[in-house]
Amino acid sequence: MPDPLLEIRDLKVTFRTDDGLVRAVDGVSATLYPGETLGIVGESGSGKSVTMMSVMRLITDPNAQFEGEVIYKGTNLMGMSQDQIRSIRGAGIGMIFQDPMTSLNPVYKVGWQIEEQIREHEKVSRQAARDRVVELLSSVGIPNARERADAYPHQFSGGMRQRVMIAMAVSCNPDVLIADEPTTALDVTIQAQILSLIKKLREDFGTAVVLITHDMGVVADMADRIAVMYAGRIVEQGTQRDLFYDPQHPYTWGLLGSIARLDRPRPRRLAAIPGLPPSLMRLPEGCAFGDRCAHRFDRCAELPQLLDRVGNGHLDACHLSRQDKQDLRDRTVHPELVEERP
Amino acid sequence: MPPVLTFIVRRTLWTVLVMFVITVVVFFIFFKTPGVDPARALAGRNPSPQTLAEVRAQLGLNRPLWIQYGIMMKRIFITRNLASYSDQGELIVPEIFAAAPATLSLVFGAAVIWIIVAIVMGVAAARLRGTIYDPILMILALIGVSAPVFWLGQVCNYITQGGLHSTFVFSWVPPLGYTSFTVSPLKWFEGLVFPWITLSILYIGFYARVLRANLLETQSEDYVRTARAKGLSERRVLVRHTLRTSMITFVSLFGLDFGALVGGGAILTEVVFGIHGVGFLTWEALQNLDLPTIMAVVIYGAFFIVLMNALVDIGYAWLDPRVRPA
Repeated sequence: MPDPLLEIRDLKVTFRTDDGLVRAVDGVSATLYPGETLGIVGESGSGKSVTMMSVMRLITDPNAQFEGEVIYKGTNLMGMSQDQIRSIRGAGIGMIFQDPMTSLNPVYKVGWQIEEQIREHEKVSRQAARDRVVELLSSVGIPNARERADAYPHQFSGGMRQRVMIAMAVSCNPDVLIADEPTTALDVTIQAQILSLIKKLREDFGTAVVLITHDMGVVADMADRIAVMYAGRIVEQGTQRDLFYDPQHPYTWGLLGSIARLDRPRPRRLAAIPGLPPSLMRLPEGCAFGDRCAHRFDRCAELPQLLDRVGNGHLDACHLSRQDKQDLRDRTVHPELVEERP
Repeated sequence: MPPVLTFIVRRTLWTVLVMFVITVVVFFIFFKTPGVDPARALAGRNPSPQTLAEVRAQLGLNRPLWIQYGIMMKRIFITRNLASYSDQGELIVPEIFAAAPATLSLVFGAAVIWIIVAIVMGVAAARLRGTIYDPILMILALIGVSAPVFWLGQVCNYITQGGLHSTFVFSWVPPLGYTSFTVSPLKWFEGLVFPWITLSILYIGFYARVLRANLLETQSEDYVRTARAKGLSERRVLVRHTLRTSMITFVSLFGLDFGALVGGGAILTEVVFGIHGVGFLTWEALQNLDLPTIMAVVIYGAFFIVLMNALVDIGYAWLDPRVRPA
């Protein structure tokens, strides 16, 4: 295994609020190796965005407290000064955000906005930066890039704006690209285009990608390894294959069971996980998923650790025995198959 | 025609139309208020029968309405020989033009002060949010908004002209009044320092509060987060991204306030400091019930407000590409 590019070690993020402390991220550890794609999956509020925003130190809320380490190429980002972290943002680590409609500054031309980033990190002439912008814009599939560079964000469609955001994120050849729900705000056909664009850039430049999403379909298509987050913790982490073919955690089963599939008989209704995620302010003592889990038993009152229970590097945080898991999960992941049995 | 030009032409035509409507409204208020004889109203206090007859003849008050309007507008805009009856036949339009430089000097200088100080205060308060300095700055701003100009001006005069005038700190302050820039630039400046400060304090308070609120709102915008994620310095994020978009409201407010002040809105400051500008002229006219002068000043003031409005619209398009004509 090569040296990891980015390593998150036991990251905890806590917000002080009027109603008490909210622990949005509770001991997340993850590793990203060069060239690979790590998918982080979870519902809204599971802490996946907060985790990656903390990595970039982009949370400016004075009520936020951080613990843990984020090691990027051997240095701890959490211990860096503002000036040091600035030289990494946009240059070593690029970021794409969820909503392309609001992520670009409305009063500047898109070309200028990309140029601004290039000139912040590299000593290049305006003209050289300009040429690079045009090249970038055409490489992300914007037609007439030279003219379009002089257009304002409101003159682009949502999908085109996300392409501009991607061009901006990769403009300084980062090693890591963090994509925070890059397709959530786009319609389905555009989603597919944006994902294949990210794939292409990953192949062309060898960029490692952290893909944050709530869409299992997206990670199935893109990720080499997947971490599933629930209530601020990682509950399961493994290779894409392990996660889809041998899922260990009942929450993952629930996520997989709620996908509409074309290759299986159509269920009468799509399965859903009952209940709602717990409030981060009053997390239950034991397993956070316990209250919604159909397979809860007495040990669940005790907090399960994220451990390799399978023996091949596939981590999960569930007390059920391996045998129980195998017996129980088919019923959750493939309800339509169970239904059909006599 | 390029779209920008079309926009400017359309905006100008619109301005002319608004001006026309204003003159019509003002004319009706002064000439057609029911139960008031316009000749008597315009002729000043206790007019003699000869004066009344003269007014009627000069303004064509026995002729049709639209001719009366035409005569009035001709005398204001073309021949510029509308005379004040209460002020020994002083010609009004030249009088306003003579008063305008004093008002412009006062308002322009005050505007420079209030823009700079308000931006510094607003940015400082927004940056120091969560510390004790933010509420202190905002309370200072609130005091500025609440202090009446006539009181502030009198206190200022009391200090600089009265008790402390003999001390070296204020001995340079000239007596009240306005010295033209062409006569002596130094005296012009010295005489205007305290009027500028007095006039700007209200606007500093108001603009600083508006800017702070706008900055805080803009700070949480996604594109500000993008700017940080690009690796820009805090300073650049603030100046090029946060402040730039927050200035849009600031500029529209400024255009309107500036227009209103040049149009005679600085009346209290001018009177307190004895600056013979358009506001002072209005004040004198009000005291003598000099209706022709008041009417001319109202039209002049409206003209500046409408003009600044048009400039704000054009400036707005420059600041925010989203409102530019496609």
